[in-house]
Amino acid sequence: MPTVNDFLLILPEVVLLIWALLILLIDLWIPDTKKYYTAVLSAAGLVISAGCAFALLGRTGSAFSNMVVLDGFSSVLSILFLLSGLAAVALAYDYLKRNAAQRGEYYTLLLFSIAGMMLMASANDLIMVFLSLELLSIPLYILAGFFRPRLASEEAALKYFLLGAFSSAILLFGIAWIYGSTGHTDFPGIVASIDGGRANYLLLLIGAGLLLVGFGFKIGVFPFHMWVPDTYQGSPSSIGAFMTVATKAAGFAALLRVFLVLFPAEAPIMAGILWGLSAASMIFGNTVAIAQMNMKRLLAYSSIANAGYILMAFVPYGNPVIAQEAVSSALFYLLAYALTSFGAWAVMIALEPAESDGLLLQDFSGLGRKYPWLGAALLISMLSFIGVPLTMGFWGKFYLFKTAVDGSQIPLVLIGLLTSLVSAYYYLRIVMFAYFKPGEPQIQPGRWASVVAVICAAGIFVLSFIPTPVFQFAAQMIMGMK
Amino acid sequence: MITGILFFDVMAVLVISTSIGMLVSRNAVYSALFLVLNFASVAVLYVTLGAPFIAMAQVTVYAGAIMILFLFVIMLLGAERLEGESTIRGQRLFGGLLAVILLGELTWMAVFQSGLSPAALTMPASDFAGPTQIGLTLFNTYLLPFEVTSFILLVAIIGAIILTKTDNIGKRIIRPGKD
Repeated sequence: MPTVNDFLLILPEVVLLIWALLILLIDLWIPDTKKYYTAVLSAAGLVISAGCAFALLGRTGSAFSNMVVLDGFSSVLSILFLLSGLAAVALAYDYLKRNAAQRGEYYTLLLFSIAGMMLMASANDLIMVFLSLELLSIPLYILAGFFRPRLASEEAALKYFLLGAFSSAILLFGIAWIYGSTGHTDFPGIVASIDGGRANYLLLLIGAGLLLVGFGFKIGVFPFHMWVPDTYQGSPSSIGAFMTVATKAAGFAALLRVFLVLFPAEAPIMAGILWGLSAASMIFGNTVAIAQMNMKRLLAYSSIANAGYILMAFVPYGNPVIAQEAVSSALFYLLAYALTSFGAWAVMIALEPAESDGLLLQDFSGLGRKYPWLGAALLISMLSFIGVPLTMGFWGKFYLFKTAVDGSQIPLVLIGLLTSLVSAYYYLRIVMFAYFKPGEPQIQPGRWASVVAVICAAGIFVLSFIPTPVFQFAAQMIMGMK
Repeated sequence: MITGILFFDVMAVLVISTSIGMLVSRNAVYSALFLVLNFASVAVLYVTLGAPFIAMAQVTVYAGAIMILFLFVIMLLGAERLEGESTIRGQRLFGGLLAVILLGELTWMAVFQSGLSPAALTMPASDFAGPTQIGLTLFNTYLLPFEVTSFILLVAIIGAIILTKTDNIGKRIIRPGKD
């Protein structure tokens, strides 16, 4: 019987969903010329929900007959999702106005999607994994096509929708196999069935493989990346930024929890597959990004490569000690990646004129001289992407590589190091354009994108002086997982 | 007993003949109507097997909502008439082959696995999967998935409106001179 306690444990999600419903209603009375009220309202909702998440930090428990669990892992990720949402609202604030696409539904759908992500991070039942995946994906399909009837936006939405529906079906199929093998969809039930030796190993393995494919689509690793470049390029830039960070983090949240809790016994076989996915993503993402002259596509390929880096630490997950370290380094890297990626996207959105398909690298020429703050933010983001010391990106890669070395994945670490060197070429090329080429970039009206860029760059720089406490915090938070 | 078997036989013939009617009919509307009839007769079978909730769901969801949607789509597209024979080569042969395999499997299962004895099947309790139990399960154990599903449906409705409504946003974005 659900009680008030159940609702209290998922208070951030409840607050966010109710807030989204209220905004959907209130937005009807906000005239078209004053849609920024909706943006401010949704930001307030995100802040309140984040407040609830902070208040629940450190608490653990399960709610709704074990459908969801609250633990450090889900709390930290919830806060990351909510902050990403705040960034996405700030980036959209001027960008939507510029593109004459100010509609209140943007914010409602964003809030629904974030609630789905938060539920996904705390899902403790395969049914909840599937439903929260849908709740986070469907609003994003719509938001990708928000600039309809622009062809690029329609293409982005359609590709994302078709491939997303496809991957959801595969995920659901995998859940069916696991249910067929164990007779349970809830994590404790499945674990008990496996431990009791009642589960059919082969069916379970097939199910695990199908789940990996489904999650692989969401995190956009090679070879499930086909939708990534076109979708990121055609979507509104603020949504592209949000997707690179939050959707990826949500996919990883589900992947990490499901595989750590349900399939530790399958680790020897899964490790080989994860190894291949990780290596292929790093090599493919970084080499194809070299050829990109469009900033949005470049960031898309960079996001594929980054998914590969995070997977790298997760390859030796069968070892419980390494698994703990892998999850903390993945959380740390997700934080570093969120700051870096939002920084880069924000600089681009600040400069992006209306009705553009993303800036070309040449459009950044002269940025460093004309707008020193924005140029510095771009520089710091790019250095952090490469993993240069004095940035969070360096520490993120440091912990990932360290985990992989501890798990004796030396060849994978070598691939990671070499591809990082390759990536320096295309990241530094952007910096070269911004600082060494003459040009007159024009900042678009509205200052919120610039503010986000500078805050992210400051975060990358300042947090890089205290990596150990941040990492310790992540490690401490996931202690209670499982 | 005899009346029960007789009733089942009548329903079984109805189920099979309506499905054949759906397949061979060259008019899509007739096919859809045959399918409605098929769903309804399967629902009657569910009732006789003691599963009233599934029977009602079958009628309201499949025979009702989904088939009405089918009919709407067929009529809106004006695609009632199928032209000529099926265009995919070897489709009939392949389909027939698959049907024979399925029939073989079913026979094998019926004859060799269960030994054709009805006693091998245990009837579940009379209130199993009744409306009360489904309701209790849905609103206790599965309350959260139920609520999340309702949000997913809401999002889908919002999306359908945004992506099909053209009056508002489109006109302001497309400016003359741009293609």
